[in-house]
Amino acid sequence: MDIPYTVEVRRDTGLTNGKIGIWLFLASEVMLFGALFASYILIRAGAPSWPRGDTILNVPLATFNTIVLISSSVTMVMAWASLMRGRFGTYRMYMGATILLGLVFLVVKYFEYSHKFHDGLYPSTSNFLAIYFTLTGLHMLHVFGGMLVNAYFWGPGSKLWKTNPVWFTNRVENSGLFWHFVDLVWIFLFPTLYLL
Amino acid sequence: MSQPEGAVAPQPHVAHEAHHEEELGFWRKYVYSTDHKVIGIQYAITALLFLLFGFSLMMLMRWQLAYPGSPLPLLGALLGDARMPGGTMLPEFYNELGAMHGTIMVFLGVVPLAVGGFGNFVLPLQIGAQDMAFPRLNMASYWLFFLGGVTMLASFFVPGGAAQSGWTSYSPLANLAGTGQTWWLIGMVFLITSSLLGAVNFITTTIQLRAKGLTFYRFPFFVWAQFVTAFLLLLAFPPLEAAAILQLMDRLAGTSFFLPSGLVVSGQVLAVAGDGNPLLWQHLFWFLAHPEVYVLILPGLGIVAEIIANNTRKPLWGYRPMVYSVIFLGFMSFIVWAHHMFMTGMGTTMAAFFQTTTMIISIPSVVILTALVLSLWGGSIRFNTPMLFALGFLPMFGIGGLTGLPLGLNVTDIPLHDTYYVIGHFHYVVAPGTIFALFAGVYYWFPKATGRMMNETLGKIHFVGSLVCMNVIFMPMFIQGLAGVSRRLYDGGASYAFAEPVLHLNVVSSWGAWILALFQIPFIVNFFWSIWKGKAAGENPWEATTIEWAAPSPPPHGNFRVAPEAYRGPYEYSVPGAAKDFSPQYEA
Amino acid sequence: MTSDHAADIDRHVKVYITVFVALMALTVITVAVSYLHLPLPIAVAVALLVATVKGSLVACYFMHLISEKKLIYAVLVLTAVFFVALLALPAVTHSDGYWIHE
Repeated sequence: MDIPYTVEVRRDTGLTNGKIGIWLFLASEVMLFGALFASYILIRAGAPSWPRGDTILNVPLATFNTIVLISSSVTMVMAWASLMRGRFGTYRMYMGATILLGLVFLVVKYFEYSHKFHDGLYPSTSNFLAIYFTLTGLHMLHVFGGMLVNAYFWGPGSKLWKTNPVWFTNRVENSGLFWHFVDLVWIFLFPTLYLL
Repeated sequence: MSQPEGAVAPQPHVAHEAHHEEELGFWRKYVYSTDHKVIGIQYAITALLFLLFGFSLMMLMRWQLAYPGSPLPLLGALLGDARMPGGTMLPEFYNELGAMHGTIMVFLGVVPLAVGGFGNFVLPLQIGAQDMAFPRLNMASYWLFFLGGVTMLASFFVPGGAAQSGWTSYSPLANLAGTGQTWWLIGMVFLITSSLLGAVNFITTTIQLRAKGLTFYRFPFFVWAQFVTAFLLLLAFPPLEAAAILQLMDRLAGTSFFLPSGLVVSGQVLAVAGDGNPLLWQHLFWFLAHPEVYVLILPGLGIVAEIIANNTRKPLWGYRPMVYSVIFLGFMSFIVWAHHMFMTGMGTTMAAFFQTTTMIISIPSVVILTALVLSLWGGSIRFNTPMLFALGFLPMFGIGGLTGLPLGLNVTDIPLHDTYYVIGHFHYVVAPGTIFALFAGVYYWFPKATGRMMNETLGKIHFVGSLVCMNVIFMPMFIQGLAGVSRRLYDGGASYAFAEPVLHLNVVSSWGAWILALFQIPFIVNFFWSIWKGKAAGENPWEATTIEWAAPSPPPHGNFRVAPEAYRGPYEYSVPGAAKDFSPQYEA
Repeated sequence: MTSDHAADIDRHVKVYITVFVALMALTVITVAVSYLHLPLPIAVAVALLVATVKGSLVACYFMHLISEKKLIYAVLVLTAVFFVALLALPAVTHSDGYWIHE
């Protein structure tokens, strides 16, 4: 069945279904991470003492990761722009770079986490570590989820370019929105946990 | 956005729906279907089964409440020694039943039926669409709901049994409870995700796929109700998901988000990092759970509105005020949550704020109820089964709403908090309230879904019996609550001297519940018998005006032979000078 | 139309590169400021301000929010209102003598 406005926009809203859908989903994600941020504030405000982030966490490594994620956001939007210019090969290059940068992010986090565990620092050790692991852990799951979607559009999903390039471009754009959101959350997470 | 370079837009296919349908095997057509009607029916049947199961849990509890400590005949032996040694209920089992009754009724029964069932089946038809905007996402939503339900049911069989800390799962009790609580949390994550995806679908579909000429102010009220409900689900559920994650971390990773320092359990100080806050759980939980109660009522209000307009042969009175009210209600529902927490030691500023917003939120509810009642004035009322349930809903919801007022005011909440008064209040709103609306919806839309009418006589028996029994069960609870009987007491208050004068009411409520069960039998029989033997219905047996009645009964894949168009408002009944007493929205 | 369109994307790409450089610079700034060990309230204000600027750049330019349709803005404004309510939660409770702790 052909659901209307999957590919072409509806005139009075100016939007496709997918664009609305992804922004609605991101709205719910704002509330999810918002609730966790609110929890962080409440717990920190009520704690007798709270360590400054850089005394426990590895700031240089996290700064590197921030740069990695921001770069992946750029490659993601360039991937979409390439499709808009009709350059499929360039799209694959940029999308591949996005996935790779995501992988680098995850690898760095793996080293961060294992270093903490090695030093006997677990979520149960303190509330600081509890909220650190929970917030970055949930974020990490979102990075991983985004990577899976991107990998699909880099690989098997990219066949759609031949049969319905407009739809494919829209879907890549919508995946990009999710990926940028994941970057956006990290932009707030990083200073909150590591620098304050 | 403009097209990418070098791309040629493909020609749209003409959908050959019936032809395509024949090619689908049994599994793709009836089980893993992406058709909103099939998914709606899947949701509805699953939810009705869960409602029956949740009701059965309560019927067990009511034995303990009526006859505390006596062995339950027959069934008692079957439930095993771990839960009912010698047929007498253990307190832990009572708590298990209580927590799961609430959870199942709210999250596996009412919402999936109201939103997943009716929303999915009716909404696309009522806006003249072929299906939902994201059919595969819709299917995923159902199966996530199913998975969540299976998880909740499975939790009964884990060591220690299912969750026992109330449907509210307050910390620190829930933190320290058995494995069943972990399963509850995981089940909730599935259910929340299912609802979130569903909400995305409903909102996008309503905005994008409505028929030509169907402007927002021509929407049936049911569509508005589902639309606002979807926003509540979308924005209010995530904080509970966050809370569930935090409680899972506390339980599985040993964190203390909700555990204060120095908590003593069974004589020993808990060896955790501490510095957590049990109130954080309450805030996050109620941030969802208050909007959740509006999720419970709004679809019901929508269904009742449709049925009243149809069976008074008049337009709804106050359509615009109703629309503005439902939007305002949805918005306000996000800023009243702490009226569930008046007794947690909050200061007067916070109490004043939440008490004020709570009083304000009663206004749109009253506007909607008043508009529905006023819609009856001067109408040519047809007393068929859907209308009887819709009419019954009105005073029942009125009682439920009015009894909420003393609970919403800080001072009067002090003696009433956590008493049977609260249980009476919310059951009036949900049981002879929403559930009556849902029954009304089943009788009303059954002909559209199956092409057959349900039997009127059985329907009337179902109605009268249910109405009487609901009141027999829940009215006494106000008296018990005012007398000070607390909720969640496994002996129903028997160990408190002050409860003695009202204890006998436990017996009254219990018999009301068991007889209510008997009166559901006509409904169940009617439902299944009518699928095969009901009178043939035709496209529009109720002579209704909204677009779903333009489709065949049952509608094929793709719903309409020709894409419908809306030419007028949703309730053009008895238009002066018109040939018929109804002018359908979809007729030129 | 086609040539306008190509120029359109070229303009967008220029913006993306500019935003990328700005984001890098702001990242360096926020980390550098943290080494000053400012008093907590000021540190929080600065960090949140920088993060908000960075986040806005990502939202406006990478996510194209600056040229989005009204409906999307409406959804986000609604979300923002409830997000503020959610974040106000700890602030309100903390100030109202709500703490059993200490």
